[in-house]
Amino acid sequence: MADTTVETTPEQVPAVAVHPLDALGASIVARGQGAVLSHEVTNGELTIHVDIQRIVETLAFLRADSSCQFSLIVDITAVDWPGRAKRFDMVYHLLSMYQNRRIRLKAQVGEEEMVPSATSVFPGANWFEREVFDMFGLVFSGHPDLRRLLTDYGFRGHPLRKDFPLTGHNEVRYDEVQKRVIYEPVRLTQEWRQFDFLSPWEGGAFALPGDEKADVGDPQKGLPATPNKNR
Amino acid sequence: MDGDLKGDIRHNLRGTDIERGGEVGGRGFEDTLTGEQRIRNFNINFGPQHPAAHGVLRLILELDGEIVERCDPHIGLLHRGTEKFLEHKTYLQGLPYWDRLDYCSPMAMEHVWCLAIEKLTNVAVPRRASLIRVLYSEITRILNHLLNVTTWAMDVGALTPPLWGFEEREKLFMFYERASGARMHAAYFRPGGVHQDLPPQLLDDIDAWADQFPRVLDDIDELLTENRIFKQRNVDIAIITEKDVQDWGLSGPIARSAGLPWDLRRSQPYECYDEFDFQIPIGKNGDNYDRYLIRMQEMRESTRIIHQAIAKLRVEKGDVLARGKITPPKRGEMKTSMEALIHHFKMYTEGFHVPAGETYTAIEAPKGEFGVYLVADGTNKPYRAKIRAADYAHLQAMDHLVKGHMLADVSAVIATLDIVFGSIDR
Repeated sequence: MADTTVETTPEQVPAVAVHPLDALGASIVARGQGAVLSHEVTNGELTIHVDIQRIVETLAFLRADSSCQFSLIVDITAVDWPGRAKRFDMVYHLLSMYQNRRIRLKAQVGEEEMVPSATSVFPGANWFEREVFDMFGLVFSGHPDLRRLLTDYGFRGHPLRKDFPLTGHNEVRYDEVQKRVIYEPVRLTQEWRQFDFLSPWEGGAFALPGDEKADVGDPQKGLPATPNKNR
Repeated sequence: MDGDLKGDIRHNLRGTDIERGGEVGGRGFEDTLTGEQRIRNFNINFGPQHPAAHGVLRLILELDGEIVERCDPHIGLLHRGTEKFLEHKTYLQGLPYWDRLDYCSPMAMEHVWCLAIEKLTNVAVPRRASLIRVLYSEITRILNHLLNVTTWAMDVGALTPPLWGFEEREKLFMFYERASGARMHAAYFRPGGVHQDLPPQLLDDIDAWADQFPRVLDDIDELLTENRIFKQRNVDIAIITEKDVQDWGLSGPIARSAGLPWDLRRSQPYECYDEFDFQIPIGKNGDNYDRYLIRMQEMRESTRIIHQAIAKLRVEKGDVLARGKITPPKRGEMKTSMEALIHHFKMYTEGFHVPAGETYTAIEAPKGEFGVYLVADGTNKPYRAKIRAADYAHLQAMDHLVKGHMLADVSAVIATLDIVFGSIDR
């Protein structure tokens, strides 16, 4: 076996095997002038966390820089995390056809916060931002034409927020008497049911009916509350 | 024509009646203007029920005579809230919704959902299933391109190509049906593989079809490629440059028409595309006609891939599902094993749980880059699934493309963008 192995000098072997995307991410963070907070590589995909108020400058940097060349806007979207202080995640996906690489930019945005529009860097960001405005209610500053895009004319609410019901608030039907399409509040013949399949045996964050007092303890006897693993 | 003119024909009209607003006699409106005489641009509605709009598209066109000054697409008339639905369905229940996105290439849509789930759950698809997916992806590509090219010909005045093309589409739907039981909304690709194995007879029939299909393409070719009217309507219309591709996020045959050799099957291979021999046609001028030629050539290349996939499938035997948590047990096993029965029941009621994580997975769908940004939170339902449709980005560039063109070119440009409202409106 010894004669078939290639002789390697110590210079040829890198000290630590660094994923090329990891190296790229570290270099972007280093050159981001504070606008890029951190980077991570998961599932072979590079994500960088950015400051939303400086997103335009970051996108312009990623587009122009010769080692990045992320010149194609693939997608802009948002994710709603209602329990968080800054409720939304803005997510940008860029592609470099020249380097054959993808990158994802993520930034946390509060509900009342304005997001700078990326349309000055990527004209193609226009509809993606309109869609985010439509679906999540995030407002973009500097957007040339911020109207609703996918929902009905005169629609109210932002459907992809987690607190928007799946059934919506209005339903539409053709009325045979009035001979026109009419809007009515949604009427459900039975209550909307959503099964979550979270088994109580696997530590769901709820108490079973009748089990509510299980961990109250006994104040008269001075017993402490027992931690309920099922809560 | 100069590239920077982008097919603007206004310079041809200088001094003509059209430029003066169709006023015959030569004096135009140089005499005293009254309120009634003032020329203003004309706004028209194109659609939402227009046969050349390929679905329910409403374009607000601002016209200066017959020249389009501004084009504002109003979309969302087919918006069904697929992304919201996906958040409320298990991963497997969500799958059939994908067929209904781009209903001209249903299996390509399922494909990306399966790939995203497999990436997060770290499941390797058996080789036979992977080959079947390649085979059906290419059948889907031909389905889509046949529809696009032939209805495009219809939009610019030819009636025979759709009749010939749809006959072939019907045969391909038969192959869909024989594999999955459904002509269009197949739900055939499943996380972990494909639903059922293909019978050997079906492989022979697909092979025989692929043998004769290039002759049908030759016929359509003869009707259109050198057709005087077809060329007049498409050559030098809606020229796309490399910069446009980057600015507007264009992909697929439209990006390739600008001369970019970009195809995800080659540049970021998924399934087992890296072992297939096929060419990627690219354009030189970036106009409508190039995109037509590219799609015709892509169908020929897809036919080659189909032949290769069938040859490999005849050799490669084995399972078509990665047996495990995310796929159902075999039918025979369920008759004897209690665990398999429980697994089957749990799988189709509760569904499988996908570990928390996120991924953006994309494929080269017939229309371009089709992807999903999937955020999983460890439960049996996706937390967020953003569908990235290629034609959404393409339609967005509509205003940029038709500005300065004639009204009649609008329908040709819509056709060349290959838009389908299932995937634009979602």
